[in-house]
Amino acid sequence: MNLQHPLARSLVIVRKTPFLVDLGVAAAALAVFFAIVSTGVYWLQKPIPIVPISNSIGALPLYAFYSLVRMAIAYGLSLAFAVSYGYIAAYNPRIEPWMVAVLDILQSIPVLSFLPPVVLAMVSLIPGHQLGIEMAVILLIFTGQVWNLAFSFYSSLKTIPREMLEASRIYRYSGWQRFWQLEMPYSAIGLVWNSIISVAGGWFALIFCETFIMGSRNFQLPGLGSYIQSAANNGDVHALLRGIAAVILIVVATDQLIWRPLIAWSDKFKFEQVESADQVTSPILSLLRRSKILETLPGRIWNRVEEPLYQRMAQTRECRVVRPLDETKARKSSPALWAVAAAGALAICWAALQAMFMLRTVTWPDLRLLLEGAAATFLRVNASLIISALWTIPVGVAIGFNPRLARIVQPLAQILASVPATAFFPILLIGLVEIGGGLGIGSIALMLLGTQWYILFNVIAGAMSIPSDLREVASLYRFTRWQRWTRLILPGIFPYLITGMVTASGGAWNASVMAEYSNVKGVRLQTIGLGAQIQGATDSGRLGMLLLATIMISLIVVTMNRLVWRRLYRLAETRYKLGG
Amino acid sequence: MQETIVPNASLEAPLATDAIIRAEKIEKYYAQPSQNRIQVISATDLSIVPGEILALLGPSGSGKSTMLRMLTGLSTPTAGQVYWHGTPISQAEINVSIVFQSFALFPWLTVLENVEAPLQARGVAPAERRERSMKMIDVVGLDGFEAAYPKELSGGMRQRVGFARALVVEPEVLFMDEPFSALDVLTAENLRSELLELWAKKTMPTKAVFIVTHNIEEAVLLADRIIVLGRNPGHVRTDFPVQLPQPRDRKSEGFTQLVDYIYKVLTQPDVKPAEAPGQVAGPPARDQRQMRYQMLPHARPGGIAGLLELLLDRGGRDDMYRLADDLAFEIDDLLPIVDAAQMLAFLKIEEGDAVITPSGEEFANSEILRQKELFRNAATENVLLLRQIRRALDAKSDHTVPEEFFLDMLDEQFSEEESQLQIQTAVTWGRYAELFDFDSGRRRFVMPDALEEEIVTSGDDK
Repeated sequence: MNLQHPLARSLVIVRKTPFLVDLGVAAAALAVFFAIVSTGVYWLQKPIPIVPISNSIGALPLYAFYSLVRMAIAYGLSLAFAVSYGYIAAYNPRIEPWMVAVLDILQSIPVLSFLPPVVLAMVSLIPGHQLGIEMAVILLIFTGQVWNLAFSFYSSLKTIPREMLEASRIYRYSGWQRFWQLEMPYSAIGLVWNSIISVAGGWFALIFCETFIMGSRNFQLPGLGSYIQSAANNGDVHALLRGIAAVILIVVATDQLIWRPLIAWSDKFKFEQVESADQVTSPILSLLRRSKILETLPGRIWNRVEEPLYQRMAQTRECRVVRPLDETKARKSSPALWAVAAAGALAICWAALQAMFMLRTVTWPDLRLLLEGAAATFLRVNASLIISALWTIPVGVAIGFNPRLARIVQPLAQILASVPATAFFPILLIGLVEIGGGLGIGSIALMLLGTQWYILFNVIAGAMSIPSDLREVASLYRFTRWQRWTRLILPGIFPYLITGMVTASGGAWNASVMAEYSNVKGVRLQTIGLGAQIQGATDSGRLGMLLLATIMISLIVVTMNRLVWRRLYRLAETRYKLGG
Repeated sequence: MQETIVPNASLEAPLATDAIIRAEKIEKYYAQPSQNRIQVISATDLSIVPGEILALLGPSGSGKSTMLRMLTGLSTPTAGQVYWHGTPISQAEINVSIVFQSFALFPWLTVLENVEAPLQARGVAPAERRERSMKMIDVVGLDGFEAAYPKELSGGMRQRVGFARALVVEPEVLFMDEPFSALDVLTAENLRSELLELWAKKTMPTKAVFIVTHNIEEAVLLADRIIVLGRNPGHVRTDFPVQLPQPRDRKSEGFTQLVDYIYKVLTQPDVKPAEAPGQVAGPPARDQRQMRYQMLPHARPGGIAGLLELLLDRGGRDDMYRLADDLAFEIDDLLPIVDAAQMLAFLKIEEGDAVITPSGEEFANSEILRQKELFRNAATENVLLLRQIRRALDAKSDHTVPEEFFLDMLDEQFSEEESQLQIQTAVTWGRYAELFDFDSGRRRFVMPDALEEEIVTSGDDK
């Protein structure tokens, strides 16, 4: 056990550049301030329905900045919403089952299928203004990101050990203190990891959403996505490569500058009694920790805010009486609450009815088309999953069994998984047009681009987790190759494989929306599929078709999750769990 | 406070007004998913008075922890009321602390921050907070570890932090929930004597200590009064003062007599306890409720065989306390094994001594296959649940029965968690006796040979 003083490291190492670091931090703070101001200026400009996209290299930094700001706003909103949602769900037994069900379903629905209706709604809400599209895009990224964050926070709250809760009650913590000293720290690790996944999904959607064509109307937002798209349309390969390079650069920078320090920092929230041997290290974090301002200033400001709060809260009833944990007394619901609930139910009924009326416009041939499309997309998604699994399992296992290689490849796979595949779509499409291939096979390739890395990443992790003594047993008893795979390797990586496949399947469905229908160099590429139906219906403004297609895609995904993935997941958690 | 309509009040119980915490006829039910309600604690009176260390002792499942949580206001009794200086506890500003079995420290806070947190909740100013915390850390002997995180400390040191956090708010009553059971023997002994020293020197302003434990010696070492709980549902078996002078000597006659007496009470749940040696009688204990299923003690067949062999080595009869002592077992370790052997008629309890029966002797002397056979016979004869499972399997054409079938029946008698444990134990016993097997994938009981066939026919499933 390590009994070292926790501050020992920063005490021992001579601080070489504390002043520079402090300066850097101050500059960063200024930059954020400037960013907020200039974003505001851009938004409050006069309405420009279509922003011309420049393909010059000089425009790239600004576009990257716009995309980043969209991302940041959407993520900030998601985090705030997820925390409140998880909190309410965890502490209100009456609405808890409802809220969890909503989470469960929304988490698995491919967001991109909602892009057209959301854009339409927002644009009509704020007519003749970029702000409408802007809000639609942010709302969409937000909906893509928020559910797994909320689910993570909710399940963290539900698994806080009972004695910790009792300690917070018996020592009469206020809600505020409980939040900052128990609930937030306990959920921190889950939130960090889910944020990584969320933001990767967000980039995927953002790149696609920034250029959105609906019929003759072209909704374009200045950003990296539209830069790449317009470069592809103009056949400007240099600009295209520049745009992709910028996207990769941002993803790698986010990984190094934000996620790795965060992961390393969140290690202190690990709820374990002994210190773990292998920790993620981050040079950036150790650099930041050496900054004197960062070490003391936020704490001091925070204390200014907190101390009066604590003193005031200590006087409230909450902090003077020990509240029982098993308070089950059903509170009388007020008439107001009932009225609100009734009004909500009425509104939902009315809206649902309206939607049903919309469906009347769908004819039988349309329905057949949709069903055919659904079958085609279903086959395509699963084909892409199988192809991914077929090549990633042998490769991933080979890498995982070679620890030195794994240490290099695994972080790489993690970064590749977070590079939005949408950025590569235009290149693939140009290639398809050149060789004259259709989208039928091409769309599978497009889905593969996004999905395979998740599986590879997880298979490597799974292979690394197989204990070496089990592998020694296999070689000691001279297992045949078949026995090695069926008795050791496949069961060993099973839980990881399933985790990867579930994530990949969600990604593939999301990708199907854009992979089956596309405009490049003025050529329209299209194949049979639900995604193509959704886009086609949007183009021609057929809302009934759009609605039905969206319902279908959601239904298929939710059913698949319930019937297949969840069962496999349970199997992975019980039968194929190594250790414990 | 004046309403002295407490018929069963202990002779020992002081006037109600003196008590810091007084529980009146508190009962606890847990709701089951199947709409049944399980009574975990039947109507109980209890009071905590200034100046005493009170130990609550009982086997697992007797509701010790539930009792502690009701007395601290963490859990609301289903019936009855807990008073804090005469005011209902849900309205009183009570000042108590709990030392937890798992320590319940916040791993992301340093030692100092952990100790400061309760003061922060009470709105104590930062400077005073720090001073009081540092003093308390000093008192528990953790000087110099203020900036360490709990995971850098050993178990014993972590529990010291737990004590510092509990004492820093100067509680009127210090509650402890098996505070030493997660620690090794030496560390526990050390902490125990330090606690007694703090108490004797009045270093802590605490007026009373309430300790929940399953360690009999610990209770006799520390307590001024001991309450023994029985189970199904939890109820007070006996309640008596301990008048041995401190510091207490484990080898003294008074000490061993008292430990022996408690063993006797615990191993004979159906017998009304005799008076404690040299003590005044506690309140009369009530009989166990008549139950359809016996509660299977959670012991492994291997443990039963081991105990019987040990007993045979000692001439077939030995004192329970000596047995536990020699094995370095606590009652929660030994009691289930003794109960199980008793249930299978391998062993009898006479006067606090464990006596091996002829069938037990045969069992202990046999080799493994014969042992299984003897176990099978004893189990089918004496254990209703095992008999029922086997009968159901015999009766069904496909020779499998879902686990839920028995869970539903057990649910009427035991809590959800306990029902699960009962099934688990039944599976362990049934597998050992080759009465039946359990397919954990499908959650079904199966015939032992039926399972084998299935494996052969299905070939290699991964």
